[in-house]
Amino acid sequence: MSIFKKFMQFSAVSSMLLLAACGGGGDETASGTEGQADGGSGVVSADIGVISYNSGPGAAYGEAITNGLKLAQEEINAKGEVNINLKIEDSAGEQDQALTAAQKLINSENVTAIIGPTLSTEMNVVGPEADLSGVPIMGTSTTAEGIPQLGEYVFRNSIPEALAIPASLKKAIEAYDVKKVAILYGNDDVLTKSGFDTMKATAEEMGLEILTIETFQKGQSDYNAQLTKIKSLNPDLILASALYNEGAVIMDQARKMGIDVPFVGGNGFNSPEVINIAGDAANGLIVATPWFGEKEDPKVQDFVAKYTEKFGKAPDQFAAQSYDGLYIFAEALKNAGDSDRDAFRDALAEISNFEGILGNFSFDEEGDVVMEPTVLTIKDGKFQEFNE
Amino acid sequence: MLIEQLINGITLGSIYAIVALGFTLVFGVLGIVNMGHGEIFMFGAFIGVLVTTTFGLPLWLAFLAAIIVTAFMGYLLERFALRPLRNHQGSNHLAPLISTIGVSIFLENLSHHLFGPGNHPFRTPFAEMSIEIGSVTVYLVQIVIFVISLILMAALSFWLGKTKAGKALRAVAENLETASLLGVDTKKYITLTVILASAMGGIAGILVGMAFNAVTPQMGLSMGLKGLAIIILGGMGNVKGAMVGGLILGLAETFIVVYGDSGYRDAIAFIAIIVILLVRPQGLFGQKTSDVRR
Repeated sequence: MSIFKKFMQFSAVSSMLLLAACGGGGDETASGTEGQADGGSGVVSADIGVISYNSGPGAAYGEAITNGLKLAQEEINAKGEVNINLKIEDSAGEQDQALTAAQKLINSENVTAIIGPTLSTEMNVVGPEADLSGVPIMGTSTTAEGIPQLGEYVFRNSIPEALAIPASLKKAIEAYDVKKVAILYGNDDVLTKSGFDTMKATAEEMGLEILTIETFQKGQSDYNAQLTKIKSLNPDLILASALYNEGAVIMDQARKMGIDVPFVGGNGFNSPEVINIAGDAANGLIVATPWFGEKEDPKVQDFVAKYTEKFGKAPDQFAAQSYDGLYIFAEALKNAGDSDRDAFRDALAEISNFEGILGNFSFDEEGDVVMEPTVLTIKDGKFQEFNE
Repeated sequence: MLIEQLINGITLGSIYAIVALGFTLVFGVLGIVNMGHGEIFMFGAFIGVLVTTTFGLPLWLAFLAAIIVTAFMGYLLERFALRPLRNHQGSNHLAPLISTIGVSIFLENLSHHLFGPGNHPFRTPFAEMSIEIGSVTVYLVQIVIFVISLILMAALSFWLGKTKAGKALRAVAENLETASLLGVDTKKYITLTVILASAMGGIAGILVGMAFNAVTPQMGLSMGLKGLAIIILGGMGNVKGAMVGGLILGLAETFIVVYGDSGYRDAIAFIAIIVILLVRPQGLFGQKTSDVRR
């Protein structure tokens, strides 16, 4: 085991040296081609690593994310301005596997930059590693607090919960005259836990009475005990920080039990799958999201049509975010004119007023998102803009 | 609220009990902890989803299909994961445990591949039927689950204790070679046991699908671990122990939410098990002698 470890370390170090050597050589040729980039012959091509949750309980996210990326890749490469090669690795939602995947991409695949990993939990481990190696990394679904603050090379294009939850809660309070709330959250996931922290802080800030705080774990299927307790306390609103798989089942069981108050969910709760799973029980869910598939924007409709045709189901937020994510990368790559990691990082940081399918997007100085979320609610079995 | 929670607890406990019955049957006869049981249970649930939701066929057909498919899976499990190991002289008694873990991983990934990730809704009008008693709503599914678990337990106790086949099965459990010498077709009875246990897992799968409307490829794992905990709690290989253990775990999990903190839901169940095992190492209904199994 220790020999193996040593070998790994050695190979990591040696490949870094190799990389440094390549980087030096690459710079010269790049500066030569930069001038010709407009001429058409100098198409910048780059390997982009992807770390995605492709197997295990959250594989649905990974599937959406890689689908979004593949679609974007196809379109970007067809345009011919840049050529992107995706190297997709599975993290299985595990920190250690995500880290191994990242090390492989950074050291032996020599990727220019990385998209992913899927979960904020994973990003907490992978982000510092990428930052240390000087590889730009962007999460397209990492919405927990403090992700872009992990390092100079860490970015995200997913709207943080801290922005989304207050927006949806504010609208819900105005519409339903909410005074008392119950909170329900998954306590074994960084995303849902950070969502809970935001919910609790926001609810306290807005002077709401928190009747009870209940928890559940990933993969649980019976929420009746928690919901019965919540029902007996009679809240005006339920704040549920859950991923959509659990969230949809929670709503289904709640409605069956006769709980008919609205639910406010976090980012992970926002997916058309909620309607698929819970059916009518999904009515009354309120979420704030950067992504709204019904938006009357030709770009959005075009994406939805293409995605649906290619993959047989409507894209969710995760597909849209990764799709936009790769476009942002392509833009940065074009501006950098080179697949060098540092040049790419600087070009990425300068992205602002990017018009994607999510809306007008910019990075702030920390690499975090600047964007206006839309508040949606499920009504009559579909997502609609919330304006009551 | 107390009565509603009691119903929640009994429902959950009954499901645990049915899963545990499958475990205990295989353990009682073969002395094997079948880690693949949870995944067979999950397949039962998926067959239910396929039949009722995807094809829109009636519920009884779903039960039938699930029983047939899971029974067949039980046969395959015995044929390919257990029998080859049993026939090997000197193979370690842990080997079947590992091979069933392999089966469980294989089945989880297979269902992921076949049915896709994420939750699959279980839509059947039966799951919506309920009766109101005062302010308490009781779903028909909840009653059915409880009744089925009782019937299965009673039938299993009767079958094992009173019928000839049951006697043969107990003889096999006592000593494989002696039973074989006395003219019991051991191969047949072992296969039958695994098939029966698997079919019970399939039934439990459908019941869970209906009760909670949540079917995922991962549902087998946690249920399998709970089932295992229950048979340790109730006494390995004991039918009544599985039933009582299941109900205790279900009620404990529910009432920790009512009176304590829902974050400790899983913890309290396992703490209870540790405590009981400290006091009664053989489990609630287990025999004190350890010569039942080799």
